[in-house]
Amino acid sequence: MGLFDLFRSRPKNTASVAAERLRIIVMQERAANGRPDYLPMLRRELLEVIRKYVNVDPDAIDIHVTHEGEGEVLELSVALPEKHTTAPATPATGET
Amino acid sequence: MTEIIVVTSGKGGVGKTTTSASLAVGLARRGKKVAVIDFDVGLRNLDLIMGCERRVVYDFVNVIQGECTLKQALIKDKRIETLHVLAASQTRDKEALSKEGVERVLNELTEDGFDYVICDSPAGIEKGASLAMYFADRAIVVVNPEVSSVRDSDRILGLLASKTRRAEQGAGGVEQHLLLTRYNPDRVANGDMMGIADVKDILGIEVLGVIPESPGVLTASNAGVPVILDDTSDAGQAYADAVARLSGEERPMRFIDATKKGFLARIFGS
Repeated sequence: MGLFDLFRSRPKNTASVAAERLRIIVMQERAANGRPDYLPMLRRELLEVIRKYVNVDPDAIDIHVTHEGEGEVLELSVALPEKHTTAPATPATGET
Repeated sequence: MTEIIVVTSGKGGVGKTTTSASLAVGLARRGKKVAVIDFDVGLRNLDLIMGCERRVVYDFVNVIQGECTLKQALIKDKRIETLHVLAASQTRDKEALSKEGVERVLNELTEDGFDYVICDSPAGIEKGASLAMYFADRAIVVVNPEVSSVRDSDRILGLLASKTRRAEQGAGGVEQHLLLTRYNPDRVANGDMMGIADVKDILGIEVLGVIPESPGVLTASNAGVPVILDDTSDAGQAYADAVARLSGEERPMRFIDATKKGFLARIFGS
């Protein structure tokens, strides 16, 4: 560090950038860890089926595996659009 | 009672073998009977770091496959009587290791009255690494204060919590410690390197020790003398502290503060 550096504003603190990025990615990966690995494919196939009847958004399906007492519960929720644009569908409720 | 300790990290090049060698020497120097095993079949290096590469006759795979006895394969250290090295095979691959084979060797070491068995894991999460951690009672996760090393360490922590004998038996899991290596206090002070608190906070486990980035590590490996035997080097002293903590003693962290610069040095540059 020389004389002129004293007057220059400090560059962005890369260590805190690294720590912040890691906090986020590590949290995400921990959440994904232990989940059955067929979930992404199941989600994709369900989306295809649902879209035969209702034109839902690709992000409209949410799948979780939760623990309830001894067993595990596959929780699936689909947000339906306001107005159905395709196919005659029996209006589904949000959750199964 | 034999304690099995795995030295692991996920990422390569962070200092697993350097750490295994120094921990083994440190524990043996305290009068404990120690075996250190190289699980990096096909890429053995522990023998070089320990300085016994010319004395390897039989290796870990030979023992597992019944081609020699464990006694024939254990190399007695020339410096410390209670220290023994089991080299990895250089010509086979990791498939030559089997869970039953590894268990047999560990059981025999237990029967022979070893106090500690240090398992030097290969990088990665494949067979060699998973077998190195499987039977562990304790894990030392070696991590550099750098993004890829920290992320890989978290992956390893996840595996330690699920893919080990202790986890499967519900025996309370493997006791986990972090060992930060290649730590550069000046860079941490400048905000160029994550500090101890950052790494500890992200990974959520206790820090057993902090080994400063040090020229002593290279000179020690050049000579085949584990760096802990170099009392003049900061890294050697930091390893000795870590071994003391592992043995239940309390030691303050050293070599973690930036070098203080004088007023003139700050003005005219370093």
